[in-house]
Amino acid sequence: MSEIKVDCTGETCPVPLVETRKALRKAMPGDIVEVIGTHPASKKEIPMAVKALGLELIDIQEKDGVWKIKICR
Amino acid sequence: MANKATIIVHSGDMDKVYSALIIANGALAMGMEASLFFTFWGLQRLKKGGLEKGPLSKMNMLGLGRWMMERKMRKAGVASLEKLLQDFRELGGKILACDMTMEIMGIKKEDLRDDLISEYCAVGTYINEARESSVTLFI
Repeated sequence: MSEIKVDCTGETCPVPLVETRKALRKAMPGDIVEVIGTHPASKKEIPMAVKALGLELIDIQEKDGVWKIKICR
Repeated sequence: MANKATIIVHSGDMDKVYSALIIANGALAMGMEASLFFTFWGLQRLKKGGLEKGPLSKMNMLGLGRWMMERKMRKAGVASLEKLLQDFRELGGKILACDMTMEIMGIKKEDLRDDLISEYCAVGTYINEARESSVTLFI
């Protein structure tokens, strides 16, 4: 199992969502994908995508406008 | 109804092509399948070197409006149409090219970015895709 980091800081719609999906497609089952970003709507929408894909959301954090989302493939 | 989005890209306007690609990428990112059917002015954007050439649908002002919009988009960190198109293909999206438009407008296969196009087809293929889609849009 490995951890994959995706940095979407400063990116706007739809890049954080798309980059998350690209990383999840490349990940192996059990891998952790960690996405970092600043686009506010993506913080809500990436978890929606995770749910739609039937994957597991592990953690969401936000500090000073930068959020971190951890997903298990 | 299948988990699929089918979008007709009829307009070649820059802002409308953006809308189509953003929605299509969003659908793929959220686990749906997606197809883009390029026809009429939209098909011009699949010509070699044509993707970024569309005018703004409103207040284009001979390209001045478009130039201002591009500047604002760059400042906001909006992805280029080329990136969105490449991401769309990478995530498994299908690009369909209308062959009647090609005939009317005298566009040949070699004028188009053939490597991106999944199929050259007509209305029957569109309907076949659309009838099993829960999201269909005409842009």
